[in-house]
Amino acid sequence: MTEQNTIERNAPADRDGGTGGDDPIVQVRGLTKTYGNGFEALKNIDLEIQRGEIFALLGPNGAGKTTLISVICGIVNATSGSVLVDGHDNVVDFRAARSLIGLVPQELTTDAFETVWATVSLSRGLFGKPSNPAHIEKVLKDLSLWDKKDSMIMSLSGGMKRRVLIAKALGHEPAVLFLDEPSAGVDVELRRAMWDVVLELQKSGVTIILTTHYIGEAEELADRVGVINHGEIVLVEEKTQLMQRFAQKRLTLHLNEALSEIPDSLTDFRLELSNDGNTLHYAFDAKGERTGITKLLTGLQAAGITFRDLDTQQNSLEDIFVDLVRNGA
Amino acid sequence: MTSHSFNRRTFNWQAVWALFKFEMARTRRTLMQSIISPVVSTCLYFVVFGSAIGSRITEIDGVSYGAFIVPGLIMLSLLTQSVSNASFAIYFPKFIGTVYEILSAPISYVEIVVGYVGAAALKSIILGLIILATASLIVPLKIAHPGMMLLFLVLTAVTFALLGFIIGIWAKNFEQLQVVPLLVITPLTFLGGTFYTLDMLPPIWQKISLFNPVVYLISGFRWSFSGNSDVSVGISLAMALLFLAMGLVTVWWIFKTGYRLKQ
Ligand SMILES: Nc1ncnc2c1ncn2[C@@H]1O[C@H](COP(=O)(O)OP(=O)(O)OP(=O)(O)O)[C@@H](O)[C@H]1O
Ligand SMILES: [Mg+2]
Repeated sequence: MTEQNTIERNAPADRDGGTGGDDPIVQVRGLTKTYGNGFEALKNIDLEIQRGEIFALLGPNGAGKTTLISVICGIVNATSGSVLVDGHDNVVDFRAARSLIGLVPQELTTDAFETVWATVSLSRGLFGKPSNPAHIEKVLKDLSLWDKKDSMIMSLSGGMKRRVLIAKALGHEPAVLFLDEPSAGVDVELRRAMWDVVLELQKSGVTIILTTHYIGEAEELADRVGVINHGEIVLVEEKTQLMQRFAQKRLTLHLNEALSEIPDSLTDFRLELSNDGNTLHYAFDAKGERTGITKLLTGLQAAGITFRDLDTQQNSLEDIFVDLVRNGA
Repeated sequence: MTSHSFNRRTFNWQAVWALFKFEMARTRRTLMQSIISPVVSTCLYFVVFGSAIGSRITEIDGVSYGAFIVPGLIMLSLLTQSVSNASFAIYFPKFIGTVYEILSAPISYVEIVVGYVGAAALKSIILGLIILATASLIVPLKIAHPGMMLLFLVLTAVTFALLGFIIGIWAKNFEQLQVVPLLVITPLTFLGGTFYTLDMLPPIWQKISLFNPVVYLISGFRWSFSGNSDVSVGISLAMALLFLAMGLVTVWWIFKTGYRLKQ
């Protein structure tokens, strides 16, 4: 009977109607975590994950990504604050909350002497799902593990073990999937294949939260990006907005003579003048139809402004990230 | 809403069964280590103690010495195997990190304990019965109170599987995992009347022995075979239940605080 309930709640068709609608599927409020040794790994985290999105959590080593995921999944006790998964408190109503979550941990923590099939079946059972060999078969085939189903995990390569961990998480049909650095130690081809699996899952209605150190991965997959540093969320933004910033280029003009102010004829270009008056900055959309550079140069000539050098800079997500992390320090 | 509160209260049998099956599969794979080696070592005890000493002490309370030591030998295996099965079963996932899955699954602490302790206890009960069967081929045995025999068998197996579970959670390395069975359980069992009755001891040691919990278990268990015991059966049974309760309280506390499981 329980299974029946869980299955219905997990079914994609029900997910939008059921409890939720437009509320976030994961809601983290005022979360702090101080480890036994007194280290404060999470400081008052507020975070909302939307239904059906792919959320990429970025941050340098030791920022608190794994700690945050571990608290949400119930592996680490929070010091204060709360986590709601589809409206269920993850402590008080842990059964309902956890049965929705699948976790692929960062470390390659697998059994050694079990077969792939046995370990994936165990996961399904632990999450209270009745056995369903057809589903497990599909998961193993999607992850190209089918021919390894009777192999001992010990005999698999690192990349295969990573896929076994993914298979374990998918074995119990989670509505929310956490992938903690899924592409660590995975070759380029496999990374592509994994991205396909992730996008496929999203299509079927699964919400995905992944951490990564490859900004390209976030760019490729994420709908939204969050950056965490020193246990604090320093940015959460739509990826497309970030990408707009990413698409912005800066043209820097090194002037022959210092300007005291920008001539009125050039106000449309929204130029920035450096404090010493020696350089002019112009921001433009490199992907746009018209960058306005020709116009600007004509305008400068008309205003009698001459320059000895110019350069352009690309603003990458990487820059934004590095900036945030440095400023946060 | 109703379905959720309903959910919260429902026992996740599926998960317990999955854990249980997984653990029992491990036994099948390690049959040699799990079943055969304790049986062999018990037979050795038989040969050494049963025939060497048995040739000098012919009878205790009207039972041949060989038959006298059977309950003690079963207890010896039951205690050490319950502890080591359960401690290893929970320590190993902690050690290799797979415990993350158990902690993140929608499974309550009670269910985790039922799964692990149930599997460990069942294994050692089966083992105890195999030793009993083996022994009955060597010496003539009578079992005066089979029901009570089973009750003591189950109570003891469960209690010491619980103890093993606690040790497995407490242990930070393999050394700590071994130290309790080796330095506590085995000596207590040897000194707990496996090979002698308490009244064979000097009076002062008889008094000291009463602080040894294993004395009560062996005495009660032996009573179920021969009808004779060192301490009264009622006290043995009460003690067995008390130890079980102590184990349950400790496990409850561990899970309540997340002791050495969740930082
Ligand atoms: N069990 C623990 N006890 C004490 N401190 C811990 C513990 N686990 C993690 N930390 C500390 O908490 C901080 C955050 O660790 P966490 O593993 O969450 O980082 P992360 O963002 O996942 O890093 P990475 O990118 O390297 O995986 C680190 O400074 C780490 O040393
Ligand atoms: Mg991490």
